[in-house]
Amino acid sequence: MQTDKVSLKKRAESAVEKKAAFGEDFELEKYKEGSKVSKPIEDLRALDEESKKTLLQVGIIPSEEGRSGSLLVLDNAVSHSSLKDKNVELMSTHKAMEKYEWLKDYSWKLVQVDADKYTAKTYLEDADGYFIRVPAGKKAAMPVQTCLMLGSKKSTQTVHNIIIVEEGASLDIITGCTSKKGVEEGIHLGISEMYVKKGATLNFTMIHNWAEQIGVRPRTVVNVEEGGTYVSNYICLKPVRSVQTYPTVKLEGKGAVTRLNTIAIAHTGSELDLGSRAIFNAPGTRAELISRTITIGGRIVARGEMIGNAKGAKGHLECKGLVLTDKGSQLAIPILEANVDDIELTHEAAVGKIAKDQVEYLMARGLTEDEAVGMIIRGFLDVGIRGIPEELKNEIENTITQTALGM
Amino acid sequence: MLKIEDLTVEVNGKILLHDVNLEVEKGYTNVLFGPNGAGKSALMRTIMGFSEYRVVKGRILFNGEDITHLPVDERARRGLGIMMQRPPDMAGIKLRDLIKVTSKGKKDTEALAENLDMKRFLDRDVNVGFSGGEIKRSELLQLAAQNPSLYLLDEPESGVDLVSIEQVGMTIKGLLEEGIECPGERCKKGKSALIITHTGQVLDYVQADRGYILCNGTVMCSGNPMKMLEEIKNKGYQECISCRLIK
Repeated sequence: MQTDKVSLKKRAESAVEKKAAFGEDFELEKYKEGSKVSKPIEDLRALDEESKKTLLQVGIIPSEEGRSGSLLVLDNAVSHSSLKDKNVELMSTHKAMEKYEWLKDYSWKLVQVDADKYTAKTYLEDADGYFIRVPAGKKAAMPVQTCLMLGSKKSTQTVHNIIIVEEGASLDIITGCTSKKGVEEGIHLGISEMYVKKGATLNFTMIHNWAEQIGVRPRTVVNVEEGGTYVSNYICLKPVRSVQTYPTVKLEGKGAVTRLNTIAIAHTGSELDLGSRAIFNAPGTRAELISRTITIGGRIVARGEMIGNAKGAKGHLECKGLVLTDKGSQLAIPILEANVDDIELTHEAAVGKIAKDQVEYLMARGLTEDEAVGMIIRGFLDVGIRGIPEELKNEIENTITQTALGM
Repeated sequence: MLKIEDLTVEVNGKILLHDVNLEVEKGYTNVLFGPNGAGKSALMRTIMGFSEYRVVKGRILFNGEDITHLPVDERARRGLGIMMQRPPDMAGIKLRDLIKVTSKGKKDTEALAENLDMKRFLDRDVNVGFSGGEIKRSELLQLAAQNPSLYLLDEPESGVDLVSIEQVGMTIKGLLEEGIECPGERCKKGKSALIITHTGQVLDYVQADRGYILCNGTVMCSGNPMKMLEEIKNKGYQECISCRLIK
């Protein structure tokens, strides 16, 4: 184990300057390291009103009603962790590493420490985060909520999460990533390694709500075994400086299935480089990668990649982007790769403005132009988020309505 | 109710309609005949106000008001409603949500859907994957929710199977005669309609008052719609064209 650590450290150190393949390059030394200690928060309801509002906006319920458990990471410290559901294990990654010797076989196995400077930094800082596990055959009754909050100005938050859904188990997670009011500048680096075992199901919903000068670099890899299902909903509707992410799902077992939905709005000054990748490494695996993005002045790169390495794989990639002003831009980059025969990978990409005939069709039914545009935008994004928790829909609806009106 | 005077319309710089004169009186159902490509749909879409159609001459009066340059939604609010032949796919917009907004809470949309056998389509995206007949029923359901005073119906029977034609025809009849107890009330309380038809099948269900024949972008003549239909069925439109030329 010691040699393992030494070699990982070496690899990480060699990558501290390594630029990421995509997105703006952040000089991490310009930001201070986020605090690793914070006062424990016993009850999320005891937070000030402003913080509670911030939590709600990313789907985190302070009363924890309707949730199996909650964990809050403030800067670099796990400041709250509570659990009601006996079918779930929830604790900080550090605690879990202490508790389970075997966890080393899961840590930094899917995400490479030397992938880029962001993974390297997260490793070298020995970042904490959340560990969630559902034992074989168990089902979390309600979603587990986790919140990653940037609480100090001009600092970096580094997080390392590990999720394990054991054989035949099932889990829903809502992760809200956000910054405290007044924290307009900073960096969030989030490593997530997820294991969906044989016949297990993981529904993962992530909502981002940052501020104008925050750089965000999530690094996620998911491993899905035979008959397993991984569904992800990624939602980013508010202003941010730059998000670059390219979550990768490896379908390693026969009949494994994944669906990744992305909905995002790029405001003026925002750069969103959002990808999804599915790798079909086992026969009969399936994937659907759906992206619905809107620019109202920012830049969007919607990437999607499917790599077929096993027979009977079937995948569909859909990137659709709306451009609502002259200042914004949309770039859709779908990539399909088939390395064996008997594979069916398809894609559909479209970028452009809202079709005039659609707007006028609704106007002919008596809707004003604004109402018609709003309804079309809601419908456009709705395709990307079918199946997300009901209570989140209202928050999303509100943002969309504001966006439509603010054009 | 609707009066069109010397209307000339262009699309992408090309004149599609010229010097069109036409009228639909209160409570009347008038019919627009004409060969393919004559400009019937263009005329209907111009009346509704779709921006692709640019009026270069003449005017459209609705209840005495000049609506020639009003936007589509303003016309809808004044009582115009259109059943389109090929409406756009509205991905992500549920039929239920659309008719709820359209009816503004004034109509029992569930009951309307029940009547048109459209209940199972309420949670579907509007027009997406709908068959020809389903599109017609969906359009009629939307119009029923909207409750206009002038119906512009673009080929309501096209693409509809023989069994469904009766349903479509009876629904249109019901919409046009809503609240009328005797034929005499039609011009006071009845709804008005302008209907495009090729086959005339819809006229088995609604009583048509006047027919217009549109050829080469203009109205060639008007008269008894049933007689016109018979004439067209027997001789085609060639007669109309030469008739006009001789005049």
